[in-house]
Amino acid sequence: MRLVLERRTESSPRMLLLSPLLAIGLTLASGAVIFSSLGLDPLLALAVYFVEPLSSLWSIEELIVKAAPLVLIGAGLAVCYLANVWNIGAEGQFTAGAIAGSIIPVMFHGWQSPAVLPAMLLLGAAGGMAYGAIPAFLKNRFGANEILTSLMLVYVAQLGLDWLVRGPWRDPAGFNFPQSVAFEGWQALPTWGGGRVHLGALLALVAVAVLAVVLSRTLRGFEIRVLGRAPRAGGFAGFGRERAVRFCFLVSGGLAGLAGICEVAGPSGQLQPTISPGYGFTAIIVAFLGRLNPVGVLLAGLLLGVSYLGGEAAQATLGVSDKIVRVFQGILLVSILACDTLIVYRIRIVARIGRT
Amino acid sequence: MGALEAVILTIITASTPLLIAAIGELVAERSGVLNLGVEGMMAIGAVSGFGAALVTGSPGLGILAGIGAGAGLSLLFAFLTLTLAANQVATGLALTLLGLGLAGLIGEPLVGQPGVKLAPVVLGLDVLVFASFLLTAAVAYVLFRTRLGLVIRAVGTSHHSAHALGHGVIAVRYGCVMFGGACAGLAGAYLSLAYTPQWIETMTAGRGWIALALVVFASWRPWRVAIGAYLFGTVTILGFYVQASGIGIPSQFLSSLPYLVTIAALVALSGKGTFTRINTPACLGQSFVPDR
Repeated sequence: MRLVLERRTESSPRMLLLSPLLAIGLTLASGAVIFSSLGLDPLLALAVYFVEPLSSLWSIEELIVKAAPLVLIGAGLAVCYLANVWNIGAEGQFTAGAIAGSIIPVMFHGWQSPAVLPAMLLLGAAGGMAYGAIPAFLKNRFGANEILTSLMLVYVAQLGLDWLVRGPWRDPAGFNFPQSVAFEGWQALPTWGGGRVHLGALLALVAVAVLAVVLSRTLRGFEIRVLGRAPRAGGFAGFGRERAVRFCFLVSGGLAGLAGICEVAGPSGQLQPTISPGYGFTAIIVAFLGRLNPVGVLLAGLLLGVSYLGGEAAQATLGVSDKIVRVFQGILLVSILACDTLIVYRIRIVARIGRT
Repeated sequence: MGALEAVILTIITASTPLLIAAIGELVAERSGVLNLGVEGMMAIGAVSGFGAALVTGSPGLGILAGIGAGAGLSLLFAFLTLTLAANQVATGLALTLLGLGLAGLIGEPLVGQPGVKLAPVVLGLDVLVFASFLLTAAVAYVLFRTRLGLVIRAVGTSHHSAHALGHGVIAVRYGCVMFGGACAGLAGAYLSLAYTPQWIETMTAGRGWIALALVVFASWRPWRVAIGAYLFGTVTILGFYVQASGIGIPSQFLSSLPYLVTIAALVALSGKGTFTRINTPACLGQSFVPDR
């Protein structure tokens, strides 16, 4: 018994869409195994985890709040991965954006003007872009591996935020808690109907729409896709690798930074030492599950949003640690990558080598 | 024991896990497989090693558990990238996310438990410090002085040629990936049994990624990895001592030093020089599907 891969004559568009569904199925099956090994009724536990978060208006709002940053970041990462540019430091760009966007509410707290919020969002995006530009520059100028540099910068950004909220940016009236001053009403994102859903969700939709058009209808999008699939052909067409690296990092860094300031000016309302439950890393899964396609990213972001809410529900209802969230997310990514083999290959099980 | 000796001892214990993990990854990369899951395999090795030592009371069994857990997780990576020809970069990331997640879940009841410390044998150094140098010497010898090493490097340099010569590319790579996983697991167990005998979720703190960077800027040469690992250990520990000496530098800045040094080293040594070029496995990161 062994598996043999047989290359398809062309990649299967059906499998491209079926593979995420298969992967979700595999993840649910693994979930059932994990839950029963924890001594729980697997079906009930899965229902609590994956269905309950969708059962009330409140939790749907919460889902959108969680999905918005995932979609914003994931859409940018999809562009990177399409071009074979490996930005895995979105978490750092998210943090950098949150810090840059908070300059106005923290350092110029009293400045009240309708221009404040747009300026914060612009600064947030610019902060993420600047931070994303570092690995791009190091890659283009010195050939430094962007996977490692972008990841190292995540730790640096988190430590920088930690220093700010414990040091110079700590709220002087905050009883020594490590957090910045709370943002005022004009520094906070407007919400929809006074609920929890904020402007970030709308920005995520806009980002998805813009990137979908850029990727499918513009020369730049074509360039990205060619350089990802056939770098040599891209070279002959005169598409510059360096320019693509810069473009991808600026787009994904900017979107991650925007997500960062939206998170701070939205749900959390101030800077804290930890501002993200790993959105920048979960967005990597979102990008792959969404088939590196902006519209797919939108659906995938919602699903991964459910995984966060389900973790909270499982902790509250079943007494399972919320650490299970990251296990599910990891299993999901592993399953997608395994199932994606079916796009390019047919899998045949043969009895033994040489006995055909 | 003098202050200087204490500093040197801590430098050695900080460098050992980096060296072990990087040597394992070096073997995998020499066979052409880029496994970015080192961080995840280290985390799972750390939690398994700690748990097993706690239950059995034996650090030796803890080490074995760490090795087994790391190798087990790497088997998943090998199945995806070698048997199913999945993208190595993406799968490595997935392995890191899964490994860190699993370690957090398994380790939850272990947080705050008193650890079992691996006892020192000679001069205040534990047996794994010596083992890490033996490992480096063995890997250097096997890779560059034996037939097996030649086959591994051939598989990493040109998998099509190696396949045409009748070598089992996939089988060699399975072996090398699992060796890398075992080393990463051992490095993780070293963290939770010798470096800081306890379990905290963020214990690996990017060391797996630093080990990956070490392999790159050591140009895939074992002894250069050892030098790099000790340079890193030194920078990290000197950072701690500067912090303790009360100079007014924010602790967060000193904590970020290893990451900044990694970036600086990658920039300085990622040149396109001849030495780097001839030592870089030409098939690194590429999938191989044998045509029949």
